[in-house]
Amino acid sequence: MLYREVGQYHASYRTDTAIFPIRQDRVGMLVILAVAFIIVPVFGNSFLLDVVAIPFLIYALATIGLNLLTGYTGLLSLGTGGLMGIGAYTCYKLATWFPGVDIIVWILAGGVTAAAIGALFGVPSLRIKGFYLLVATLAAQFFLQWAFERVPWLYNNNVSGDIEVPTRTLLGLPVTGPNATPATRYEVTLCIVVVLTVLASHLVHSRVGRSWMAVRDMDIAAELIGIPLLPTKLLSFAVSSYISGVAGAMLVFLWYGSAEASVFSIDLSFTILFMTIIGGLGSLLGSFLGAALIHMLPIALRNVLPGIGLDLRPATVEHLNLMIVGALIIFFLVVEPLGLARLWQTIKQKLRVWPFPY
Amino acid sequence: MTNAAAGETLLAVEEICLRFGGVQALSEVSFDIKRGEIRAIIGPNGAGKTSMLNVINGFYRPNRGVIRFRGQSFTRMRPGFAARNGIARTFQNVALFRGMTTLDNLMTGRTLKMKRGFFWQLLRYGPAMDEEIEHRRAVEEIIDFLEIEAIRRVPVGRLPYGLQKRVELGRALATEPELLLLDEPMTGMNLEEKEDMCRFILEVNAQFGMTIALIEHDMGVVMDLSNRVVVLDYGRKIADDAPAVVKQDPAVIAAYLGVAG
Repeated sequence: MLYREVGQYHASYRTDTAIFPIRQDRVGMLVILAVAFIIVPVFGNSFLLDVVAIPFLIYALATIGLNLLTGYTGLLSLGTGGLMGIGAYTCYKLATWFPGVDIIVWILAGGVTAAAIGALFGVPSLRIKGFYLLVATLAAQFFLQWAFERVPWLYNNNVSGDIEVPTRTLLGLPVTGPNATPATRYEVTLCIVVVLTVLASHLVHSRVGRSWMAVRDMDIAAELIGIPLLPTKLLSFAVSSYISGVAGAMLVFLWYGSAEASVFSIDLSFTILFMTIIGGLGSLLGSFLGAALIHMLPIALRNVLPGIGLDLRPATVEHLNLMIVGALIIFFLVVEPLGLARLWQTIKQKLRVWPFPY
Repeated sequence: MTNAAAGETLLAVEEICLRFGGVQALSEVSFDIKRGEIRAIIGPNGAGKTSMLNVINGFYRPNRGVIRFRGQSFTRMRPGFAARNGIARTFQNVALFRGMTTLDNLMTGRTLKMKRGFFWQLLRYGPAMDEEIEHRRAVEEIIDFLEIEAIRRVPVGRLPYGLQKRVELGRALATEPELLLLDEPMTGMNLEEKEDMCRFILEVNAQFGMTIALIEHDMGVVMDLSNRVVVLDYGRKIADDAPAVVKQDPAVIAAYLGVAG
């Protein structure tokens, strides 16, 4: 009874093509945004913000980036970690050269280099697909991580080899660096993630997104309709890499505070790929759900296990954690191979007809 | 047969040869398609019918021969060029975008007609939105025409085969082609579905003046629909005439039934 679209008629194509055509979805979205923008930063402590919320948002953004490429265009990639690194290092260099310019500009600019490099590594995608493309992007990932370690220019010849985030302010408030409060960093993160998500959702609902999906589903027919394959794939690589790059810059500047090359290793690529698959390929909502599950599940378990009276060594808890997370991921994939987004679709369908079974 | 084959030549293939390794798929096939007609290409299995369509819309590069389209000559067609110049096509075993809805499939057919660039699409506002709605209107007319309103929002992968074929025709129509190539539009359909499909093909031809070239195995359909028929056998053209004449042609009968003695 709660989730019913009966009586909501669309009298024009404009309302019918809206991204949230159903009123309940619009209201729900506003509630979520209000909670995210107001309630979480006001009532959240630094644990909630720094350990749960900020990383979740950043991972979700990176997952959206990969989802545009893998979920919407059907091109596999393991280069996400490296591309996130490109974003972070670009932002770092730019912030060093032009300390006067607003840091948010540089975080957003960090994605531009990532987009260029991502598109470059996307060129082989015209000839190769599937696992072979995966291997090509893997090469990119290894090359990029090597560059982050071996090119001292990238980290300003630091002795430690780390990039240290300088303090930068926005309207007098420190946004990055050690002096920035978690609440400020959270709000900035949230703003960037919301804006980029909205833009991404516009793209996937438009001609561009349809061309991507057409290439994914049947490239021969797409070509015959007049969708040029290489430019379409490269655009997907560029947009996806841009978002990954921005997420990488945010990872260092708004969360870690400092980072070394190993942060952007293949592990990060895998994490984002898992989030994409478990959330649901070809769904922006799924990107958030996947990031939430993989990031928050271990945190929850870490607190649950000691909480129910089991007195275990921290190392044991950590091992148990990995086992439980792994088992749960397999469980979710068995129950719904198409990801959490599809699970949500099913729930919505059930709600629509509730209390009747069909 | 309201559209008599009296128009000018829209497309002609001349002495097309196509070889795959040692297999001669097409040898010196020539025929023309006149503006406004329904042209059938028939022949036993493996005769080279689909290969011929693939040559016409640029998937295959012929080893020899010329394709004339609107008075221009090409040694080969390219899929992108064919699409931009109004050649649309459906496939023998449905090549829809399975993960997308019927509506999105048809909207994708409008891709070439949408002019707003990437940054407008990012905003999805103002001119970009106006354009989207303008094309939505055009697509809705096709949905109306093909009577597929009810499956607008259904991912095409879940549709039954007959409807998928219909959606595929819709996607081809959405590109507003001048020449429509249909590769076995009626395989696997029951009688009613075939009747519907025939009606759509005739209406497309009569109302919009679209030129149609179709491959079909159902002889009844071919005889009723088409103005002229090309018969291929083992990559060679063995007959090219009006359906009633082709039906009597001894070479055609031999190709289909074999020769006695």
